[in-house]
Amino acid sequence: MVGTQDTLAVEAFGLTKVYGSGNTEVQALRGVDLSLARGEVIALLGPSGAGKSTLLTIVGLVNPPTAGRIRMAGKPVVEDGRFTVDVRSFRRQHMGFVFQKANLIPFLTARENVQVAMEINGHSPRRAKHGATELLDYLGVADRADHYPNMLSGGQQQRVAVARALANQPSLILADEPTAALDSVRGRQVMDLFRKVAHERQAGVIVVTHDHRALDLFDRALEMEDGLIRGKPAVAP
Amino acid sequence: MNLALKDIRHNFGRFALTAIGIGLLLMLVMGMGGIYRGLVDDATLLVNRINADLWVVQKNTRGPFAEISRIPANTEDRVRAVPEVASSDDFVSHTIQREQAGRPLRMTVQGLSWPQDKGEWLPLIAGRRLAQAHYEMIADKSLGLSLGTRMALGKDTYTVVGITRNMASTAGDSMVFVTLADSQAIQYDQSGEAVRLEREARKTRASEFDPGRVQPEILNRAVGPSSGIPALGPPPVSAVVVKIMPGADLAHVAAAIASWPDVSVYTADAQRQLLVGGMVDKSRRQLGLFRGLLIIVSAIIMALILYTLTLDKIHDIAVLKLMGARNMVVINLILQQAVLLGAIGYGIAYLAGQWVFPVFPRRVLIVNEDLWLLAGIVLAISVLASLLGIWRAMKVQPNEVIS
Ligand SMILES: Nc1ncnc2c1ncn2[C@@H]1O[C@H](COP(=O)(O)OP(=O)(O)O)[C@@H](O)[C@H]1O
Ligand SMILES: [Mg+2]
Repeated sequence: MVGTQDTLAVEAFGLTKVYGSGNTEVQALRGVDLSLARGEVIALLGPSGAGKSTLLTIVGLVNPPTAGRIRMAGKPVVEDGRFTVDVRSFRRQHMGFVFQKANLIPFLTARENVQVAMEINGHSPRRAKHGATELLDYLGVADRADHYPNMLSGGQQQRVAVARALANQPSLILADEPTAALDSVRGRQVMDLFRKVAHERQAGVIVVTHDHRALDLFDRALEMEDGLIRGKPAVAP
Repeated sequence: MNLALKDIRHNFGRFALTAIGIGLLLMLVMGMGGIYRGLVDDATLLVNRINADLWVVQKNTRGPFAEISRIPANTEDRVRAVPEVASSDDFVSHTIQREQAGRPLRMTVQGLSWPQDKGEWLPLIAGRRLAQAHYEMIADKSLGLSLGTRMALGKDTYTVVGITRNMASTAGDSMVFVTLADSQAIQYDQSGEAVRLEREARKTRASEFDPGRVQPEILNRAVGPSSGIPALGPPPVSAVVVKIMPGADLAHVAAAIASWPDVSVYTADAQRQLLVGGMVDKSRRQLGLFRGLLIIVSAIIMALILYTLTLDKIHDIAVLKLMGARNMVVINLILQQAVLLGAIGYGIAYLAGQWVFPVFPRRVLIVNEDLWLLAGIVLAISVLASLLGIWRAMKVQPNEVIS
């Protein structure tokens, strides 16, 4: 299952995270190892407070871990709990994020929300517009391209958010409870999108979810508890 | 893609309202500057227009504008006799407030030395200059008098024959111009009863005094017009304005006249200095202070507006940072809106001012130099004001999106 360095989306060793200190100290991660191949989509399960979001922000290079190291795109990005790359540049080139809320920019249309992600990464406005249109088409919301977020349904917004996450052909997509605000039918449609994206676009996808009914769509499911990934991963059928 | 413009496009109404608000505020700043200029300009306007080389006034006074000055009417002739003097004219000016068509009309009556001076130097916008020695007047446009209006002043009725513009006294009152004799008639107008009493008093004084008792003609004179009594001169004038011959030495002529024991002499520059540094000094400083305060208030208001605009977008800024946007993307978003807001506000201020300033009671004088200066100040304010918002935006962490 473990591929060569090129085919790995992310590899993490001994990640720990401590919030606060003294009486208020919280051990959110207690030594997490993780390895995800490109083209693989995994579910991250576990009770609230298990450390799932914390793991995602650390793998997403938003927060540094207290200790541990991470390799991504063939090079070390975290060593001894310190970033070794320009994280903003790394995020815009290699990563996509999706959250429970779509977090679209309200003053940009659906197309512009995707386009801005590409322009931030140095694409010309022309190319970015073209690419955004294509992505919206791929996700089935092309007819909504010129609508503002407040005129889109929750499911449509989440599709635009996925399109935005895909904008720069990321090697890693991180989704934190992306379907929590959707009904089960639409939730499953979005989960299906992640599977499609992972398989067709060769991205590694980690989805934090509580929805066990959609687990059949994932290649693997990891269960977290008390800052640790449980010994034997529960493999989906 | 220009995020600043996209945001404005989407929140156009709010942005437009904000721009109008800032525009009106800047209009006040512009207007205050214009009033300041107008005040200084009005104060020195007459001195500039009259364009005399020297002003001869009552000894030890700073007249005729800063304080009252009275010199004998014959000073004009004495000055004309001084070598290298080209011309000398009486200057008579006083402010009156009368009723015209039921509303108070405040005006400064300025005497012209008929017949040398018929008002050629006045900028006429309608009508003509004075054409006869009495009963005609040229009025400033701001008085709202039309050509042909008749107005009773003193014992006579005057007709408006010309309209001039931007002629205000040093105190900002609109001016009317009549001949010197008329202006004195208006200034020294006495009721018939006052004249009769004065003549009776003279007669009494004369009859208690030897020559009056032995010379009946003296008593006859005493009860007649004062112009018929050699001992009583014509009414005094405020000042005498002097032009010297081309190439003459100003200091030399000034020194010659200043040596007389009954007058003081000022150059036009000194006269301007008396006006700006003394007479309008307090109003000038007050306006300058107000203008400074308004600029500070505008800067604070703009900073608050831009800070609020930034706070509204703080979540979007966090999203942009999460997506890996460089700081410049965020700074540009805020800075461009700030500069645009300043620029549009400035434009609105300028255009609104064109409409509003002409109806201000005092003259609002907008000069290019001030416009450029204000443009620079607005730009600086915009940039400074956006710093608060930029500082807040820089503090945003991308994980604020996640919580
Ligand atoms: N910024 C933070 N400061 C302090 N404690 C935190 C912070 N974020 C998360 N925690 C704590 O870390 C633990 C893991 O939280 P989290 O990663 O959000 O769990 P999950 O996403 O699985 O619900 C929890 O006990 C939570 O209270
Ligand atoms: Mg969570």
